Amino acid sequence: MPIEKFDILESTCVPLPIENVDTDQIIPARFLKATNREGFGDNLFRDWRYDKQGKPNPDFVLNNPEYSGKILVAGKNFGSGSSREHAAWAIHDYGFKVVISSFFADIFKNNALNNGILPVQVSEEFLEKLFEAIDKDANTVVKVDLPAQEVSVPASGISEKFDINPYKKECLINGYDDIDFLLSMKDKIEEYERNRTF
Amino acid sequence: MKPKTLFDKIWDSHVVHSVENGPDVLYIDQHMIHEVTSPQAFEGLRKRGLKVFRPERTLATADHNIPTKDQDKPIRDELSRLQVQKLEENCKENNITLYGLGHPYNGIVHVIGPELGITKPGMTIVCGDSHTSTHGAFGSIAFGIGTSEVEMVLASQCILQPKPKKMRINIDGDLGKGVTSKDIILYIISKISASGGTGYFIEFAGSAIRNLSMEARMTICNMSIEMGARGGLIAPDETTFEYVKGREFTPEGEEWDKAVEYWKTLKTDEGAEFDKELNYDAADIKPMITYGTNPGMGIGITEKIPALDEIDENARKTYQKALDYMGFKPGESMLGKPVDYVFLGSCTNGRIEDLRAFASLVKGRKKADNITAWIVPGSRQVEKQAREEGLVEILEEAGFELRQPGCSACLAMNDDKIPAGKYSVSTSNRNFEGRQGPGSRTLLASPLTAAAAAVTGVITNPADLL
Ligand code: SF4
Repeated sequence: MPIEKFDILESTCVPLPIENVDTDQIIPARFLKATNREGFGDNLFRDWRYDKQGKPNPDFVLNNPEYSGKILVAGKNFGSGSSREHAAWAIHDYGFKVVISSFFADIFKNNALNNGILPVQVSEEFLEKLFEAIDKDANTVVKVDLPAQEVSVPASGISEKFDINPYKKECLINGYDDIDFLLSMKDKIEEYERNRTF
Repeated sequence: MKPKTLFDKIWDSHVVHSVENGPDVLYIDQHMIHEVTSPQAFEGLRKRGLKVFRPERTLATADHNIPTKDQDKPIRDELSRLQVQKLEENCKENNITLYGLGHPYNGIVHVIGPELGITKPGMTIVCGDSHTSTHGAFGSIAFGIGTSEVEMVLASQCILQPKPKKMRINIDGDLGKGVTSKDIILYIISKISASGGTGYFIEFAGSAIRNLSMEARMTICNMSIEMGARGGLIAPDETTFEYVKGREFTPEGEEWDKAVEYWKTLKTDEGAEFDKELNYDAADIKPMITYGTNPGMGIGITEKIPALDEIDENARKTYQKALDYMGFKPGESMLGKPVDYVFLGSCTNGRIEDLRAFASLVKGRKKADNITAWIVPGSRQVEKQAREEGLVEILEEAGFELRQPGCSACLAMNDDKIPAGKYSVSTSNRNFEGRQGPGSRTLLASPLTAAAAAVTGVITNPADLL
């Protein structure tokens, strides 16, 4: 499926200043029984978001009307654990387009990019500053500029560059996906199969 | 020629094409699928009007979401039943071999690959489950992928992957009493943390690794992902060839000889460079147990939970949160703490040697009254062998029952859920909040340590019972 194109996004943020948010927190395994990709957003952070009776937990940030936006700002080492792409689907389905953290687990990063979510890895100092800015003013707007590979807070002028694989950057900007690319390689793949000696 | 690492040799021989400034197109020898992470990939193919490119290179099993009792009856949970049915339909439609529920080869995907001789040295293997790293024990490049990547492999037998960095971890020397491969890997993760391997593929080497059986090596590679690594691998040797020989899908005769000749070239050359190298002494490793909510939060079972002032100031809040969840206090001792559940199973420790280890310790003893124990074999073949070897009688005499194979309480998608607030000593691989059921508290340990808890009802050093 072609993914959504991404170039520049300006949005308010949802802060989640917790470290090591793992995939079991993002989407608990008992919600992995669906056979399509839609609807996972309802159970994003399920066990933090709702109590046992299914009542929203007022202390959890997604239930706090003060915070909203397309950018999730999370503590260090986000997305560790399982390879379940449902974690990326849940984040996407909920409406986030960007996750900012000071560290991402590898598989999560791949899964996010494959679904048009941009993982932005920033320094710990910058992440601290972001949390502070959002803490002070929930309406703080953050700008994520993919072509320039830069994340900034226009109001205060702080900014930082971020890394992204140039191939993945191309894909996101143009809305391509990896399968289209691999299908274009069919001849080469068949040639590889023919020439293999081991 | 420049000396190469084992990882480079296998990777380079599978590169179909390198994207400039981008990832490699990597050919996949063996793809494995299960019911939970594949349906959306088949749906994607269908939407694009594509067929599976090389169906003979994909193998399917139902394992994540199945009950571990009454497998001959229809699955009670409707959504689980639908997911398993969907897998059957997708496999049938696409000519993919499925070892479904009830098939004599059914079992956890990472248990059946090796036991059927499908997993062999030098291969590239992927599956939509992060513990695919298990297969690296045979000297292959094996790693977990997401569903979009499952779709890529179905469509093209390739995936796009940036080449990871390389790390070698050497463990030399002899293991002490009651110390197993599970303790080695929990020890390493406790040293380098749950994210210390991120971005790397890890080769495990050294005399302590060479001395391990294949099944013990699988436990190590299985959990390499728990330090954030993309995967782990161990160079194949006589132990590997011995294990692979004579299995259902192993080559025979001349083909076998040719294969072994090639496999013998699969080792890191003298002088090959790693981005990082770590060394540990096997004699320093004690039976391990985790006390927190990620696999890096582990200690020797006789040690104390780190006090607050031993923790980096920035990390104290997260640390305290984890301990609060677990109901533990900094500085406490783990020994003697009461346990409610014991889970022996999963692709980490659900193989025959794990059942043997557990049985050897409970033999002649009795299950403690406060313990509920789930003993879940990793596959139908493991279950069969446990019966043939008489392990089931030993277990039953001690008050334990053998269930039917599946992932079970490793991820608690089926009915095997640890209730909120209860403690579970588990031989699986993850102790995340709620991993074994909402509110569950997981203590990761080896089969011997699990057995010791099962007969005493409290956290006990297995070395004291051997
Ligand atoms: S036992 Fe656990 S880790 Fe292994 S395949 Fe099943 S769910 Fe994944």
